[in-house]
Amino acid sequence: MADLKSTFLGITSPNPFWLASAPPTDKAYNVNRAFEAGWGGAVWKTLGEDPPIVNVSGPRYGAIHSNERRVIGFNNIELITDRPLATNLNEMRQIKKDWPDRALVASVMLPMNEETWSKYLPMIEETGIDAFELNFGCPHGMSERGMGAAVGQVPEYIQMASEWAKKAASVPVIVKLTPNVTSILPPAKAALDGGADAVSLINTINSIMRVDYDSLTMYPTTDGMGTHGGYCGEAVKPIALNMVAEIARTKETRSIPVSGIGGITDWRDAVDFLALGASNVQVCTAAMVYGFKIIDDLVDGLSSFLDDKQLTLDQLIGKAVPSVTDWQYLNLNHVEKAVIDQDLCIQCGRCHVVCEDTSHQAITHTVNGERHFEVIDAECVGCNLCVSVCPVDGCITMQQLTEGTDPRTGEPISRIKANWTTHPNNPMRKTD
Amino acid sequence: MNSAKRQPDIRGNRLDKDEIAINFSDLHPPLSRSEALIAADRCYFCYDAPCTIACPTGIDIPGFIQKIRSDNLRGSAHTILRENIMGGMCARVCPTEVLCEEACVRNTHEEKPVEIGLLQRYATDPIFDQQVPLFARAPPTGKKVAVVGGGPAGLSCAHRLATLGHDVVVFNRDSKPGGLNEYGIAAYKTIDDFAQKEVDYIVSIGGIELRNNTVLGQDFTLNELRKSYDAVFVGIGLGSTNELGLDQESLTGVDSALEYIAELRQADDLSRLPVGRRVVVIGGGMTAIDIAVQSKRLGAELVDLVYRRGPEQMGASQYEQDLAKTNGVTIHHWAKPVELLGDEHVATIRFERTALDSNGRLSSTGAQFELVADTVFKAIGQLLDVGVLGADTVGLEIRNDRIVVNDVGRTTLRKVWAGGDCVSGGDDLTVTAVQQGKIAAIDIDRRLRKE
Repeated sequence: MADLKSTFLGITSPNPFWLASAPPTDKAYNVNRAFEAGWGGAVWKTLGEDPPIVNVSGPRYGAIHSNERRVIGFNNIELITDRPLATNLNEMRQIKKDWPDRALVASVMLPMNEETWSKYLPMIEETGIDAFELNFGCPHGMSERGMGAAVGQVPEYIQMASEWAKKAASVPVIVKLTPNVTSILPPAKAALDGGADAVSLINTINSIMRVDYDSLTMYPTTDGMGTHGGYCGEAVKPIALNMVAEIARTKETRSIPVSGIGGITDWRDAVDFLALGASNVQVCTAAMVYGFKIIDDLVDGLSSFLDDKQLTLDQLIGKAVPSVTDWQYLNLNHVEKAVIDQDLCIQCGRCHVVCEDTSHQAITHTVNGERHFEVIDAECVGCNLCVSVCPVDGCITMQQLTEGTDPRTGEPISRIKANWTTHPNNPMRKTD
Repeated sequence: MNSAKRQPDIRGNRLDKDEIAINFSDLHPPLSRSEALIAADRCYFCYDAPCTIACPTGIDIPGFIQKIRSDNLRGSAHTILRENIMGGMCARVCPTEVLCEEACVRNTHEEKPVEIGLLQRYATDPIFDQQVPLFARAPPTGKKVAVVGGGPAGLSCAHRLATLGHDVVVFNRDSKPGGLNEYGIAAYKTIDDFAQKEVDYIVSIGGIELRNNTVLGQDFTLNELRKSYDAVFVGIGLGSTNELGLDQESLTGVDSALEYIAELRQADDLSRLPVGRRVVVIGGGMTAIDIAVQSKRLGAELVDLVYRRGPEQMGASQYEQDLAKTNGVTIHHWAKPVELLGDEHVATIRFERTALDSNGRLSSTGAQFELVADTVFKAIGQLLDVGVLGADTVGLEIRNDRIVVNDVGRTTLRKVWAGGDCVSGGDDLTVTAVQQGKIAAIDIDRRLRKE
């Protein structure tokens, strides 16, 4: 089995799976259970100033379910830790002592003045933590008080607070970013410029789950009133992956290490983040939905995958980044057509109806009077819609045309790559 | 042993009330909401769905399942009932394994179809339980239609006609409406008086007058109806049962399966219903299975079902055959009854082994065997009771013991339509009768609006 020992900012952990700063890491009891289960590290639930904040005594979570009630998306309005700072610090100290091989990171959220940072950070660092994570991400509650996402949405604040933190701390500083921004690059750049050692992303996304169909109020509510929460879970992974990849592939930001967060549920999700540039990953929702035991699949699934691919963990990190580019650089001479494997086809007709109703009328319904679904190459633009909706894995595949002509356009297949930057239809095209 | 001297052992109280309650509880218990949502999630929402094509009434199955997924049960029930007003009963009695569920593409994918029948029941049960009106009548047309027969075909026809604005009188032979739904289907398939709930729902649309205990050929004639109504629909089913054609068929203990099932369905206390210790059933259709299994569940010790051909030729589906076997019924294929033995009461029935000869015809092999019987049930099909149609219905074509109709249910007699088991081209299924009643009603409406 491939070794999953991970080093992130010099911090070692037996695997690259840390629990994200969230309810699962609120106290020693939970973190002990997590480490017993095999988690590589934990980012302690965000610490703040005393007196501690208070949380609502009512629904803090909401979920979007499949019909089988599998949780697809998750939402929370819980604030940072509501326990006294000293209680948390004592427990953190003990945890670090009991679990010296695991990564322990302190998440912090403090008001925007330097004195507070220089007062609290050394006090927290004294527990023996391996790093700080600055919570500039929580989009609910604390952001109304000028913290969390309110900082993360202003690059100048990120840079300022990163500088304060670096001055006050001797352990590495990770800046946790909010996705509630137009582009993730300015916040990432600000963290880098402020001297931060790494960024972690994404925090949760502003969200309202739904309305209650009886009361016609938003759902869930606290005594009839609700507020937006932070959205997370499997549904947000693609948003997170894009942001991670953007940082990893952009010249100005790619030097900063990334801890990937957002919907990681099984080992394949971890592969996504690592290959797109994250150096380790953090998990919360999956643990909150299934318990800490999911670490078993994360660890041995990733390990088996690395064995199969004959890669080390380090070699996997960033492996897919070079494949991410701008649309304008995509090869417009490349032609693919969908192909339906008739032996696997179960005749549901979904490919036909979606292509017929919403795309290019490129899949038959009847051939010689028989129910038969087949791609019409002269119409198929290779859009992948049929592949996406087909219920049978592997039944419809995309296959590249490498020679002859494209029956749709009548144009010969060219082996020469050509993209929009040189396309004759592009008024801004580059000319020699 | 001289079997002719055996005393018949036919009595009630073979099982106590609790055992009977279990034996006659719902054969397929309804789905809970979470079960239904999971089952519904398995539907692929096929295009031009094979299940819908396979449904004799053409219910938009993916459409109603989609509405179950979104908790839109009223919409789901409407999607079902607008094509098949007896969608509740059909959800219980349809041989789905040879109709919609056989066509389900999930069979190809994983050999387990979507549970369409149970989902259909899930969607429609609340509508019948709470009698939720889903249909409104069109403005009155002033036309009056007579429907002869209160079974699935007649009631389906009546409901559609009433919906379209016509007034309908249903002439029903029995003391209760519902036909075979009320009298002929195994009790554990339609518990809690569902057949009457369904009739109540159908009639609640208004414009349907139900006249029970009115018998065609006795209380009125077809020609009288033709004179006093704008149109007549005949859905009289098959009024008499086939005979074995053996000597001594009048021995007591040689009974019609359908008559016994009717008695069973109307019994207040099943534990007291007399049943033989040894029951022999002749036949291979759904009724044969129903009588065999119900006899077993009433406490008969040994139930033998004898069919003259093989399992593939049985009218009962594979599921029904398996149901009989798991209930302890012994099925004998390739044998036909040749002699009934007994004084006054049947004691033994003798069979001859059959086989297909070189021409593919059924013939006797000469080998014989006997089965001891307290009761012999005949379940070898039914006959059209031609007599009730009246001698004055000249021009009504009857062929192969069925009323001849075209594809919209018109008979050869002006103003007369027909549907259900009594017409040609049927398959003796409730769902087919419902469809035939429906399409006849649509054609009657079209005709009446032209007049």
